[in-house]
Amino acid sequence: MKLVIAIIQPHKLEQVKEELYKAEVNLITVSEVLGHGRQKGVAEVYRGTKETGNLLRKIRLEIAVNDNFVEPTVRAITQGAKTGETGDGKIFVLDLPQCIRIRTGETGGVAIG
Amino acid sequence: MVNPGDTAWVLVSSGLVMLMTPGLAFFYGGMVRKKNILGILMQCLIALCVLSIQWVLFGYSLSFAPGEGFWGGLDWLGLSGVGLEPYADYAATIPHQAFMIFQGMFAVITPALIIGAFAERMKFSAFIAFVLLWATFVYDPVCHAVWGVGGFLRELGALDFAGGTVVHINAGIAALATALVIGKRTNIGKSMPVPHNMPFVVLGTALLWFGWFGFNAGSALAANGIAVNAFVVTNTAAATGGLSWALIEWLRNGKPTVFGACSGAVAGLVAITPAAGFVSIIPAIVIGLLVSLFCFTAVAVIKPKFGYDDSLDAFGVHCVGGTWGALATGLFASKAVNPAGADGLFFGNPQQLLIQLAAVGATLVYSLAASAAIYKLVDIVIGLRVDEKQEAMGLDLTQHHERAYTVLE
Repeated sequence: MKLVIAIIQPHKLEQVKEELYKAEVNLITVSEVLGHGRQKGVAEVYRGTKETGNLLRKIRLEIAVNDNFVEPTVRAITQGAKTGETGDGKIFVLDLPQCIRIRTGETGGVAIG
Repeated sequence: MVNPGDTAWVLVSSGLVMLMTPGLAFFYGGMVRKKNILGILMQCLIALCVLSIQWVLFGYSLSFAPGEGFWGGLDWLGLSGVGLEPYADYAATIPHQAFMIFQGMFAVITPALIIGAFAERMKFSAFIAFVLLWATFVYDPVCHAVWGVGGFLRELGALDFAGGTVVHINAGIAALATALVIGKRTNIGKSMPVPHNMPFVVLGTALLWFGWFGFNAGSALAANGIAVNAFVVTNTAAATGGLSWALIEWLRNGKPTVFGACSGAVAGLVAITPAAGFVSIIPAIVIGLLVSLFCFTAVAVIKPKFGYDDSLDAFGVHCVGGTWGALATGLFASKAVNPAGADGLFFGNPQQLLIQLAAVGATLVYSLAASAAIYKLVDIVIGLRVDEKQEAMGLDLTQHHERAYTVLE
């Protein structure tokens, strides 16, 4: 089991979701986060005071998958989120030692899907 | 003779109508995504600034100075000759400048209404050029034709109590023109973005409803019975429109929505605008009930079918509602309400409906063509749209270097 975490551009969320549905990955958690990588954030100006390096809005996805779904998931996120410019984001794939479905108490691979 | 009561009411009404533009800003601002709300608020605010100045320098003269041409005359440039004595052809009991500033607030909010059509994708510099040109070449001539001494629709006998034609049809059809010229928003996918702040939409609706008492009842230009009639039918049509839209949704979609009730109330206000000084209470209820049916059809059925991106439904509410209101005036107007008006179809004068149709038709044709031409011109000279990356980041950050909401503290 793996946990896929992706940081993407907010406006790419719809396309990423579409690609994930196509790959039959339907279970996803989304949160709004702030951050910057090589983009170095943006400048904002308030009453003449310039504040540089402000963090940009990003979307963080968390998807727990069985091993055979890792590749399709990563491919779907990449296809949906890619613009080719800096700021497109990153995908992290982590080992996931355990998963428990609260409703039934099932554990492991069956609890993920 | 200046009448203190009339003057006080018109000045208060001018203030009420001024408040409608910031009210509209919140009404529209709540509907956009949260990266674009400052863009909307700023466009409304700057419209208030730029057009207030345009109006006193030359807009008022182009609109209201006597003349039989395309515009009014140039006699009142910089308000020369527009003094503190009444000008009887427009309002015999208030200072001429009171009439001028009251009308100025209409000239501000009308171009601001169009913002709903091109929301979330227009360059700010292009917006300023557009509102200035649109006010000068579309609002001022149409205002002159309908309300100015020597205006051809006024001579024809068209009834427009508070701006159904001049304000709502005019801005509403311009909205369609601009939405078609600028094209759809990018990255909106199959489902339209949802409003980011519904409470702001409610706040905006409340401010608009409140300000509309000045808009309509103030258009009597006196503290008299006609003003009271306008006040009462305005409130009634807003209430009926709001209720009607919510009921339509309840029947069709299973649940009445806050957004629907707000849209219906505004549609009711739009539709009663041309009729407010000419119709009695039962027609006001009919006008409010039906306007939501027409506008709902326009925004929920016709718009998706044709696929134009009139983002916040400036066409669907203002043009459709304004057209219904102008025609309803030709049906329900009664000299028993206002002897200075005319009887409509249901009071034995079918001719009035034809006159109303002619005024609506003339405004639609002229405003559609002129608005599209001006918008296209601005596109060629300045460029209407922000680039795709800026549109993705939002107008707040890219056009104004600010954001409305912080996430951390």
